[in-house]
Amino acid sequence: MSSELQALIGKNWKKPPFIQRPWLRWAFILGFVVYLIAAFLTIDVNWSRVYEGLERGKQFVLAFTSPDFTSRSGDIWEGMLESIIMTVAASVVGIGISIPIALGAARNVAPLPVYLICRGIIAVSRALQEIIVAILLVAIFGFGPLAGFLTLSFATIGFLSKLLAEDIESMDKVQAEAIRASGARWTQWINYGVQPQVMPRLIGLSMYRIDINFRESAILGLVGAGGIGATLNTAFDRYEYDTAAAILIMIIVIVMALEYLSGVIRARVQ
Amino acid sequence: MLRLEKLVKTYKTGDQALKAVDLEIPEGQVLALIGPSGAGKSTLIRCINRLVEPTSGNVYLAGTELTGLSSGALRKERRRMGMIFQEYALVERLTVMENVLSGRLGYVGFWRSFTRRYPQSDVDEAFRLLDRVGLLAMADKRADELSGGQRQRVGICRALIQNPALLLVDEPTASLDPKTSRQIMRLVCELCQERGLAAIINIHDVALAQMFVQRVIGLRFGAVEFDGPPEALTPDVLTTIYGEEDWEATIAKVEDEEEIEVAE
Amino acid sequence: MPVSERNGTKVWQRRTGRESLFHWVLWLIGVAVFAYCWQQISNATTWFFVWDAPRIAGDIWTRATPPKWEYITQLGKPIWDTLNIATLGTIISLVLAVPVAFLAARNTTPSRFIIRPLALLIIVSTRSINSLIWALLLIAIIGPGVFAGVVAIAIRSVGFCAKLLYEAIEEIDETQVEAITATGASRWQVMAYGIVPQIMPAFAGIAVFRWDINIRESTVLGLVGAGGIGLQLSASLNVLAWPQVALILLVILAAVVISEWVSAKVRGAII
Repeated sequence: MSSELQALIGKNWKKPPFIQRPWLRWAFILGFVVYLIAAFLTIDVNWSRVYEGLERGKQFVLAFTSPDFTSRSGDIWEGMLESIIMTVAASVVGIGISIPIALGAARNVAPLPVYLICRGIIAVSRALQEIIVAILLVAIFGFGPLAGFLTLSFATIGFLSKLLAEDIESMDKVQAEAIRASGARWTQWINYGVQPQVMPRLIGLSMYRIDINFRESAILGLVGAGGIGATLNTAFDRYEYDTAAAILIMIIVIVMALEYLSGVIRARVQ
Repeated sequence: MLRLEKLVKTYKTGDQALKAVDLEIPEGQVLALIGPSGAGKSTLIRCINRLVEPTSGNVYLAGTELTGLSSGALRKERRRMGMIFQEYALVERLTVMENVLSGRLGYVGFWRSFTRRYPQSDVDEAFRLLDRVGLLAMADKRADELSGGQRQRVGICRALIQNPALLLVDEPTASLDPKTSRQIMRLVCELCQERGLAAIINIHDVALAQMFVQRVIGLRFGAVEFDGPPEALTPDVLTTIYGEEDWEATIAKVEDEEEIEVAE
Repeated sequence: MPVSERNGTKVWQRRTGRESLFHWVLWLIGVAVFAYCWQQISNATTWFFVWDAPRIAGDIWTRATPPKWEYITQLGKPIWDTLNIATLGTIISLVLAVPVAFLAARNTTPSRFIIRPLALLIIVSTRSINSLIWALLLIAIIGPGVFAGVVAIAIRSVGFCAKLLYEAIEEIDETQVEAITATGASRWQVMAYGIVPQIMPAFAGIAVFRWDINIRESTVLGLVGAGGIGLQLSASLNVLAWPQVALILLVILAAVVISEWVSAKVRGAII
């Protein structure tokens, strides 16, 4: 029996803590607990109001069993169509613009000045939320789907360019080098050396973004930027839960269909 | 001590992995299970502790029939069968000590194990075992920081702390270099001898098997083709197990290596 | 075969005649759909306003600058509320997402044909509906305020977190689970020792990732009355107090940048 063992036998064993320094560990735990208490204390919940609301909540849940597609079918249909139109148009334009920006934002493809400009565009687009952009665009361009279309296109650029640029930056250098070695010019190099490598990812991301764009298009109506959101808002305001349930079910079904479709397409391109 | 009777395993795909295997292992015997890939070695081992549910047939461990047990009773019996895995199968994000102590899970309640408050005797035994395999200093390292050979030693400790009567060893050396492979095999066999454990070692390196075990079983297409001492493994026998190949070299090499080792 | 005979010489083409026809038809349909969509958008737009847009934008800009800096003193509480909505919402959603994820993962679900589809339904329905819509709904049910915001964020995040988490559970190394099972561990012990340590990094990553997103989302929840800094934004917009709007937007921008920085730091520390 070695002396190290001798020293350990009969001693307690404890799992080494995640944070080694005790004071830091306790500071974290204490800080977190204090924060939680403070946070809970500052939320004033009107419990009697919540209790009253439970009845309405029940009605809403029950509304899902008997959604009302018919009494406002005109509004629902128009709103849905507008949402879909905005989604399609914004996805096409957004993806179209994202590709050159993604190329520009990949350090291994673009020169430094271009890289900085493109990264700047991406940062701005990502930092501003859809709904805030929509508010500003509605103020500038007036109510209607144009503002929604521009919002979604703008948001698509930030999302898609960033992820695509990351994919381009992590591509296999050897393949690209081989094309360059054949004496290809820059455009040919992109077409043969880069595009085949990032294409599956581009398609997957695009499908995902179409999905997100549709979901977002459902809320743009709240600020007057077109789509189903306005109808939904009205339904909630009038406590027409059965109509609201019908709209929500349609949104869920369309999102599920898009996810299924994107699964099929992604499986085919890979 | 362990008896298999007409053990059959047919997978859902229709592949018959085991065809009515009969086998009896006395107390303290270390046995090597050899055979080509897909012969059913892994399935046989897993059918004993029912990680794979056998289709029909019986397994008796010291008189208890394992095949008909309820899940609670099966868990009790599993404590008596330590298992060592091919790719170590340590929980990589836990520390070495936690991995070793996880061998006691069948003995302690959920809450105790969840808060890592094991009985002192378990902790002491874990330290003793780690010392025995030379990893005492590593006790608080995370398992994914260790090398392959070290990880397999931890795997051995985890199996032994169960205080088993039988070791089920699945390809212990498959992902190790030749030298470490030998060390691990030697360690397993020594520990079995020290503690009087029976063991089934499923191994594809025939030479290594011959070097350490008392009995060899050859499996081919889910049936026992050979059962005898390692010396009886002639080229003809190997041909019936593995198929046509020049086996002289394999066997001759073993003897050479052993001579070298003796010379060292 | 993409090689055809033309005037006696072999010509290589990338696609066969039928394939290229198919591609052309697809492109044609795509362009037609886009043209239709554009036409619809264009019909619903008052182009007079659009041509006037640069002037209006310039007008808004001159009115919004400089931001009304002293207004910041009134933003302390809204910022605190926003942070709470995001953080508490994330914590609640994680608590709910863990069981849903275990029920939804193929390798841990107790029943593949009843419970798993149910769990997947919870995931897809909470995920497909934006938190603003959840907030609208909750305001109609439990009244406006921070609480509605917390619940809205929590519900919206359940599906998101559970989806990522169940994918992580399905990707675990099964041999580690097998090894724990072989020691005679009970079902719960197998979960605690074999599965949980493996998904811990994914869990932490998801939590921080979602928290970052929730900070963004909670800044705008106030637009529909669910508390946080969005309330001030919506109030300022209603009275066209552009200098205040400018300041609030700057604060939101700062919050987004800081939360992204924090989440990147924490994720870096975990991995």
